[in-house]
Amino acid sequence: MDSILKTENLTISFGGIKALNNVSFEVEKGAIYSIIGPNGAGKTTIFNCISGIYQPNSGKLFFKGEDITYLKPYQVAKKGIARTFQNIELFSHMSTMDNLMLGRHLHMKTGVWRGATFLYKGSKAANEEILNREKVEEVIDFLELQAARNQFVINLPYGTRKLVELGRALALEPEVILLDEPSAGMNMEEKGDLMFSIQDIRDDLGITVLLVEHDMNLIMDISDRILALNFGERIAEGLPEEIQKHPEVLKAYLGEEEKVA
Amino acid sequence: MDIKRNYYEDIELFKSNTILVWSILFLIFLAFLPWLITTYRPLGLSIYIVNLITIHAIVAIGLNILVGYTGQISMGHAGFFALGAFTAVILIVRWSFPLWIALPIAGFVSSAFGFILGLPALRLKGPYLAIATLGFGMTITTIIKHMEFFGGRMGLQAPKLYLFGTPMKDIHYYYVIMIIAVLMTIGAVKLIKTRVGRAFIAIRDSDIAAEAMGVNLTYYKTLAFAVSAFYTGVAGGLYAFILGFINPESFHLIMSITFLAMVVVGGLGSIMGSIAGAALMTFLDIKLQAIQDIPAIGPALVIFSEKYMSIAGISNVAVIVYGLIMILIVLFEPLGIFGFWIRNKRYWKTWPF
Ligand SMILES: Nc1ncnc2c1ncn2[C@@H]1O[C@H](COP(=O)(O)OP(=O)(O)O)[C@@H](O)[C@H]1O
Ligand SMILES: [Mg+2]
Repeated sequence: MDSILKTENLTISFGGIKALNNVSFEVEKGAIYSIIGPNGAGKTTIFNCISGIYQPNSGKLFFKGEDITYLKPYQVAKKGIARTFQNIELFSHMSTMDNLMLGRHLHMKTGVWRGATFLYKGSKAANEEILNREKVEEVIDFLELQAARNQFVINLPYGTRKLVELGRALALEPEVILLDEPSAGMNMEEKGDLMFSIQDIRDDLGITVLLVEHDMNLIMDISDRILALNFGERIAEGLPEEIQKHPEVLKAYLGEEEKVA
Repeated sequence: MDIKRNYYEDIELFKSNTILVWSILFLIFLAFLPWLITTYRPLGLSIYIVNLITIHAIVAIGLNILVGYTGQISMGHAGFFALGAFTAVILIVRWSFPLWIALPIAGFVSSAFGFILGLPALRLKGPYLAIATLGFGMTITTIIKHMEFFGGRMGLQAPKLYLFGTPMKDIHYYYVIMIIAVLMTIGAVKLIKTRVGRAFIAIRDSDIAAEAMGVNLTYYKTLAFAVSAFYTGVAGGLYAFILGFINPESFHLIMSITFLAMVVVGGLGSIMGSIAGAALMTFLDIKLQAIQDIPAIGPALVIFSEKYMSIAGISNVAVIVYGLIMILIVLFEPLGIFGFWIRNKRYWKTWPF
């Protein structure tokens, strides 16, 4: 198996609560790999560990065989791992275009001096800017965000914002993308479009997708493999049809429903 | 997409011919401003006041890059201003540097300290950062005050500068200051629109997302401090020469806070707002010193202050009015003068074309 991302016994606790306890899994290159589990299971915490926002108390993280456990978030991004956030983290006073341009940050070089002093069209800063804007335009077309292109993100509806965040992550041209509940707050139609987009991201752009989702239909339809968590513990891992029937998974979800009821 | 977009359009300085024409007209206006002022004395302006406004505008732009765009705070910019002023004067007096070399060096010395101050900023937020920068400003002026090298408590005399053999007067400084200010304004506008500026704004809006998209927070936060300090340092260098004399006592906390007020009143995250804020606050500060001369309101305030305040009351009244104006602007237009501009832009945009 050609694994692109691998965790080994990931463990992290917050004030006595074990958010993750010895969680290991491996993601195959080119897969759509989903992580499911009730609220508070530790799904977002896994993403935060991968992207360097949290550092695990113990355990290791590997990206293409390289240890990335203790890298800072910007270094993880540099390796080629991009992400979205469960509670949208956009640059709300920037336009959609500029949000996506920030996704190009690592592909660009213009510094203070070159940025502040370029005046004419053929200058290096201008050329770089134009080249990357073209790239961003491709992402805008891919996600059909044309209408939002020049709008401030703060004025966009929730579902569109989710897409802008996805676009920003795609603009980075990552090898792996982490999507934390991308369909939350979307209506049925938007969810359907999103599902196709996620498949296109993998099929057309060749990006490996790690997905945290609550919509079981969506998950079962598009995932190649699924990891199920509960209270920070790995309770099952396997193909969608295996997970669907797994007694531990059923128990975890039934338990949650009882709590809700 | 069948229409080929012109991507340069987005980052162009002059997005339309209208803006280009206005900009050229404005530059012509600036070139003739000294003549206008000496001939008509509008609003009682002098070239000295305009010079002071322009210098403050450079500071406000620099501070806005830090506060308005990057979302950090500084209550110590008088310290950078002092560093620029003392560096420029010392370079020229002690080592006879020409002004055009001394000024950038003043900027760089100031920005080096900005980098150093930026380091604690990585760990501090909000009120904590405010206090740290406040401490920095106070420390700088105290150090300058107690070192013989900087002229100690007495301060330093700025040397007389000569332009083609004739001593420079306010009007000569006007052109030097204005050219530098115009260049630095264009620089700031460009910077904000390109990669570094976007990183600054991204840090302000969501530092966690900025970092996850590859922005090195350590580097860009300290860079914002350094750039901001550079602007302030250059302005400080110019300030020394229009004042003719610099004294560490004059770079006090109130000065830092006034700089901050210019930025807030003008509009956080707006270059043009910074200029407007600097102009308004500087103008008010000077004009309110002669508050008793304002028709109708002036004499009434004099009577009021004589009745209810100490003998030196009228200067207090000036401060109170200054404070009230700040409160009113922030209260009714949280985006500052810039916000007012945005709302009326539709009208101005097309006029008179
Ligand atoms: N920064 C934090 N501080 C304290 N507790 C945290 C923090 N991050 C996560 N947790 C805790 O870890 C557990 C897992 O959270 P999370 O990963 O967000 O769950 P989810 O599976 O819903 O995404 C929860 O109990 C949560 O309260
Ligand atoms: Mg979560």
